[in-house]
Amino acid sequence: MTVLQAHYDVVIVGGGPAGLAAAVGARDSGCGRILIVDREKEMGGILNQCIHSGFGLHNFKEELTGPEYADRFIRRVRSEPGIDILSESFILDISPDLRVTLMGSSIGLVEIRAGAVVLAMGARERARGAIRTPGYRPAGVMTAGLAQRMVNMEGLLPGKRIAILGSGDIGLIMARRLTLEGCEVTGVYEIMPYCNGLTRNVVQCLKDFDIPLHLSTTMAFIHGRDRVQKVTLAPVADDCQPQLAKAWDVDCDTILMSIGLIPENELSRQLRLQMDPITGGPRVSSTLETSLPGVFACGNVLHIHDLVDYVTEESMRAGAFAGELAQGRRRPQDNIELQAGDNVRYCVPHTLSPDREISVYLRCIRPQRDCILRLGNFLEKPLRLVIPSEMIHLTIKPEILQRFYGTTLRIDIVPREDA
Amino acid sequence: MKSQIELVCICCPMGCQMQLHVEGRAISEIEGNTCKIGLNYARQECIDPRRMLSTTVACKNGLWPRLPVKTAEAIPKAMMGEIARSLHFLAVTAPVEIGAVIVENICGTSINVVATRSMPKVKLEADNN
Repeated sequence: MTVLQAHYDVVIVGGGPAGLAAAVGARDSGCGRILIVDREKEMGGILNQCIHSGFGLHNFKEELTGPEYADRFIRRVRSEPGIDILSESFILDISPDLRVTLMGSSIGLVEIRAGAVVLAMGARERARGAIRTPGYRPAGVMTAGLAQRMVNMEGLLPGKRIAILGSGDIGLIMARRLTLEGCEVTGVYEIMPYCNGLTRNVVQCLKDFDIPLHLSTTMAFIHGRDRVQKVTLAPVADDCQPQLAKAWDVDCDTILMSIGLIPENELSRQLRLQMDPITGGPRVSSTLETSLPGVFACGNVLHIHDLVDYVTEESMRAGAFAGELAQGRRRPQDNIELQAGDNVRYCVPHTLSPDREISVYLRCIRPQRDCILRLGNFLEKPLRLVIPSEMIHLTIKPEILQRFYGTTLRIDIVPREDA
Repeated sequence: MKSQIELVCICCPMGCQMQLHVEGRAISEIEGNTCKIGLNYARQECIDPRRMLSTTVACKNGLWPRLPVKTAEAIPKAMMGEIARSLHFLAVTAPVEIGAVIVENICGTSINVVATRSMPKVKLEADNN
């Protein structure tokens, strides 16, 4: 039986990599009463099913698997006296004066008060409905991440002959994983003319196992009334429409979809937070505070990250700012709006303040070689290559913003003139 | 005998397309790399390609029925399938501590297979009857 206190300095929604790092950040800022709430039976979130290595190269300078990365933070959080962990529970509601309504098997229905709240709910996978693939609705069509959980945690194989739609990293990782478990992977089919996953995964997950990657190809029809029997694949023209005259069939009993992630913001919308339609997450200030004072956001619920190391870095800051606020330390309000300009899809945070160093994460719209990342007329950073699947990190020193008296700064990615 | 090998560098997002010119068993020239890291990668990949292997083994009485494991060091690329298959029918019993050696000297590589998480015990033997 978990005994909850009536008041916490910081309540963290989600015990994945973002929530755990936010707890560490809040603790380091001096908070003594922190609560992490997660709906699963253990902390670690999606890291627990990501058993491949490649995590932690930035933060720990070594290559860890997902469960190992999670373990480091779970140990740290467990060893801190001021952090309570509540599993198999979820948050039903947060009021504007930060009264949090929780429900769980070990606590029943409880209301507690919070000095600050950190949203760290992570993301959910896009599923078949999001891309409206024609065909039947048989068993055997699932997201790559669900298959990953089945294989790596629950000990279930999703099928024997597998076709993968979409070249996201989870799909590539699962192509290798299922091959090693004795399944046959017919190929990975990507509608875009380029792969959405990291080059490293194309080499180590597909090429190493001779799994074909078909670019500019999509699924035109899913066959099978009860179970998937085959799939019709077709090359797409420049307008992304399938060219049915060139279609071909592939026998398979399972289709995995790896077509992107959506930040899980049901709670944020319930709170009527101002949202960014591009990131799918809330708008945040330079302290990662949302439009509702005292509510912060970090990790994949804010915007989709490609490396967990970045999630950790961002979430430790969010936790620290939430902890400061809960202890009554207020920072000056942001007075500069940050705008996405040429070849910038989005940037987070949405506003800036000149009172401290600020980390900005952004993504480009299209690949570009030999370019310059430009912040107004104040900062230029040469970049050899930008691609949409790799997040760009920019640090802005306070001196730079102290020379700026306007209200709006633009970030652009422009061609290098001498190139 | 001269031959040419095509490689894509995986050390950073640039993804340089490299060509290795090989004479007998020696590399005579590497083209296409744009930094030194690529050179080292190409040499290693050509002489002794290695990979980390992550997989799972069955786990009795644990919180989950599968325990994730990895090779403690990178193993020869050609042995990935053999090592993965040799772990298919292995079962351990919870509790298991993270880092615990699950198999010593897997397939004669002198590399150990270790647990990548702690698996608490939840089910009692009696519950299974």
